[in-house]
This record gives sequence, structure tokens and C-alpha cells, in this order.
Amino acid sequence: MKQTFRFSGTGGQGLITAGIILAEAALLDGKMAIQSQSYGPEARGGSSKAEVIISDEAIHFGRVMHPETLLVMSQEAADKYSADCTPDSLIITDSLFVENVPVSAHRVDLPITRTAVSTCGKALFANIVALGAVAALTNCVSVESLTKAVLDRVPKGTEDANKKALAAGIALAKGVAKAA
Amino acid sequence: MGKVLLMQGNSAVVEGAISAGVRFYGGYPITPSTEIAEGMAKRLPEVGGKFMQTEDELAGMGAVIGASLAGVKGMTATSGPGFSLKQEMLGLACSAEIPCVVVDVQRVGPATGQPTSPSQGDVMQTRWGTHGDHWVIVVSPTSVPECFDLTRRAVELSETYRCPVILLMDEIVGHMRERIELPESYDDLPKFPRKVPSCAPEDYLAYRDVDGTKVPPMAPFGSGYRWHVSGLVHDETGFPKGTPSATRTSQDRLRTKLTDRLDDIIMTESYRMEDAEYAVISYGGAARTAYDAVDAAREQGIKVGLFRPVTIWPFAEKEIAGLSSKVKGILVHELNCGQYFLEVERAVHGKIPVTLYAKYDNESASPEEMLEEIKKMTGGAQA
Repeated sequence: MKQTFRFSGTGGQGLITAGIILAEAALLDGKMAIQSQSYGPEARGGSSKAEVIISDEAIHFGRVMHPETLLVMSQEAADKYSADCTPDSLIITDSLFVENVPVSAHRVDLPITRTAVSTCGKALFANIVALGAVAALTNCVSVESLTKAVLDRVPKGTEDANKKALAAGIALAKGVAKAA
Repeated sequence: MGKVLLMQGNSAVVEGAISAGVRFYGGYPITPSTEIAEGMAKRLPEVGGKFMQTEDELAGMGAVIGASLAGVKGMTATSGPGFSLKQEMLGLACSAEIPCVVVDVQRVGPATGQPTSPSQGDVMQTRWGTHGDHWVIVVSPTSVPECFDLTRRAVELSETYRCPVILLMDEIVGHMRERIELPESYDDLPKFPRKVPSCAPEDYLAYRDVDGTKVPPMAPFGSGYRWHVSGLVHDETGFPKGTPSATRTSQDRLRTKLTDRLDDIIMTESYRMEDAEYAVISYGGAARTAYDAVDAAREQGIKVGLFRPVTIWPFAEKEIAGLSSKVKGILVHELNCGQYFLEVERAVHGKIPVTLYAKYDNESASPEEMLEEIKKMTGGAQA
């Protein structure tokens, strides 16, 4: 089985880090994973995307052509990175930044950044909230592996806040599942 | 059993270099190779090595040559704009036979080009970038584990043949992260010690072939062996000698020390080639598309395989000429307007059709796009 993900937004939102964490979690689950990225020459700002493929088999081509799951954290990213989605794609949008997505697919609108601020006090944790939501909505990695991957990656002293962010993301997604 | 990691290609180069005994890095950071400088700056002090961020690309190359002369394995990394700047001193390393590893993580060029986008536009530059007739070894990895292995191999080749070895990467392989299994310790991995003179210092001639390999032993500076390093054409002593016969002798040895040993130097990989009627030739990051495209074509009954040159230079002439008597057509795919393609055409010599699938728009080709090109080549031939 092969699952494809694209995380998109603005440079500085931590989406490449989120992609790395997701791929690391997949390796911890014993699967194969590949992570690639695309960004402009700017250090901050500009559109950015990270892509992850998780599979039970060897992965050669590392780019995602038709993402099964697309995370969108800015309106510009929605405009730029959603065109190759299929009607079956799951598009998770951050309600703070994204108004409309120019393709028809399964859209789940979540208050990702607002939740990061209300739970952890900082928008900085939005990428981890998003990861929790992605994992809960797609079952791509185990919660144990994802938690370990997050804690392995984040700066010392921020472990508790990141755990909270991850749990909040999972809860957000479960709320959606219940509503549906 | 080693440790399983998600690692970037550039970081795997760092680990490969450290594991092979590289203990000096001189360079100037440039996208998309920066993580190599960053990683070496972190790792070298941990193993007693030295990292030097130089004022520019030229000085970085010079410092690596200096370290190597002093008996320390040296490496630098760069991308196209910096690789251009290193060419003059790369020629010195060829002429004076100073082992070193130069990593070029290609980006779109010429000039500043597009720093974060993939390209394979430097293929011919790695062969002919510095002036004058010269011979170098160039190897190109396709995966993160291969970044580790080929960095080690580059160190080994440079020490064995006393020449610069260029590790030709691209943004795809440099920046992507995938699974790699690394040994817990590098202690037991070969470190490729350099051949040093066994004669007395007063009998040492720095450029004398003492054992028939055409590769003279190299004494580290400071070890009591005196020798002269020059970019001028020199004889066995290292001092300039420009007579026609000295020039020819020198040039012949610099060339044949590599061309006599092509079976050792040239590495290739064949994927699903056993019964293939057609071949795709692709290398580096571009080859990743080819594996999937070949699989997709096979599913449709098209007998196609992938021939992947791992050693780019010297050119795999014998292997590709041999391929042309086995298959009915070759498709060359590279992320430029056709550079390696020219050499393939030359080796095939009109025996079978050779077509180019060139991609030069900042993005790698998708397997679907390449499948269409394969179908065009085979005329939709089905088993």
C-alpha cells in the first residue's frame, strides 16, 4: 500500500519539518518513506511544500503527482498546490488562512493555527497540530511512532507543549469524524 | 545491525566522508549543497578533523589541495556557480596528482540560475571544466544510501589513482530524505590509506612509477620527503620539464593510469535488463523516474530495462557499445538539453536509434511522462 501527502503553506510554518517527522514516524512503523520539498530562494515567506510518500515497498520516484492528502496552511498554497488533486483527495485546510480551494475534493476545514494558539500559546505549534490531524484522519502512522518522531525532532524543553499540540490535532480530527 | 535513519542525501555524503577518513573540509556554503558544509562543520570537530569556511569557493578548493598535500583527506562541496570557480585549481590537482573529493550538487544554471531547483546541466563541465587535456573520475548517486557508499568510493578512487574525484549530485538526491541504515560505528570500515614511499627520503622521486601502477607513492609534506609541486608540465622529480618527450610521457601516464583500470573505475547498474529489447539510460536523481517508468512499461508488456551509469566519467563506452548489440533502441533521459546523450550516440555509432528525453524546466520528469517517451521509442511494441 502506498499513501501520498503534500503539506503546503508559507515558508516558516514548519511544514518541511512536519513532513520529515511524518516520514520518520513511518520508518518507526517499519515502512518505507521518502520526503522531498520545494521552496524558493527566500529564507522566510514564499510558498513552500513538503511531500511524503509512505509505502510497504521500495519507493523510487519521490515527487507526489496526485496527493491523496493535501494539507493547506495558506491561501496562496491553496491556489498553487491543489490543482493536481483528484476528486478523492482529502484536503485539510487551516480555517484561519484558507478561504477557498479551487478544486473539488473532500475538504476538511480545521482551526489548526487557532488551536495551536489556544492550546500551546503560540502559532509556532500549528505544524504539530496539523500532523496530529493528518495522522488521525488517514491512519498513515501509529500514534506511538508519531509521538516518538515528534519528540525526537523538537527542541529540548518543548516536549510537553508538542505533546499537547499533537493531542489537540488528533482531537480536532476526531471531532470531524464524529460530526460526519 | 546498524541504525535506521531518515536522512537527506547531503547528510549521507557527510557521513560517508567521515566514515572514509576525510578529516578536512574547506568550502563556502551554496544551495543546494549547503547541508554538506553544515554537516561537516558539526561532524569534523567531533572526530578530530578541521572545518574551514573560506572567503570564497576558490580558497575552499585551494585549502583542500593543501590539506591533501599534508596527508589529510580533504573534501569540498559546491553547486554550479561555485563549481565554475573551482575549475582552475581542479586542474592543478589533476596535474600535480593531488587526491581530493569535490561534490557538485547541481542546480539550474547557467549563472545564479535557480538555486533550489534540480538540473543535471554540469555533466560536461565535470569532464571538461578545467582547461587542457585532463582526466578525472566522476560518479553520480541515485539514492541516499548510495550517497553514503559513493562518497566512500570517491575517497577510495581519489586515493588509489591520485586524482580529483567529483561526486556529481543533483538537487533531487541532495535534498530528499529516505531510509538509510548506517553502521553503529565506522571504526571497522576501510579508510583507504594513501600509498606512501618506502624508499629513503633522498631517493624519493615524487612522480616516479615505482610499482607499475602508474600511480607514484605520495609523501605527506612534513614527513621529511622533499618534493616539488607544480602545475607546469613536470618530470619524475616534479620540477618543470617541457620537452616534447617529457610532455608526452607525463600526459600518457596521467591518462593511462585511469584508462588502464576502467574495469575497476566504471560502475553501472542494470535494472530489468535481462530480457530487455529496449533500454532507458539515466543517472543521478533523474534515474529515480526511470525505475518506475520501466516498471509501468513492463506492466503493459513492453520489454524495457534501465541501464544506469554510476560512473559518469570515464564514459562507460564498452558497456554502452555492448548494449547497442543487445537492444533495438535506447532512450536517454537527463535533466538538461542532452549532454550524456552525445556520448551515448557516439558509442552506439548509428547501430540502433538513440533518442533523447530532455527535461529542463526545473522539475523532474514523472514516470507517466517517461512512459509516454518509452512508448514512442518502442512504437507501442508489446510482447
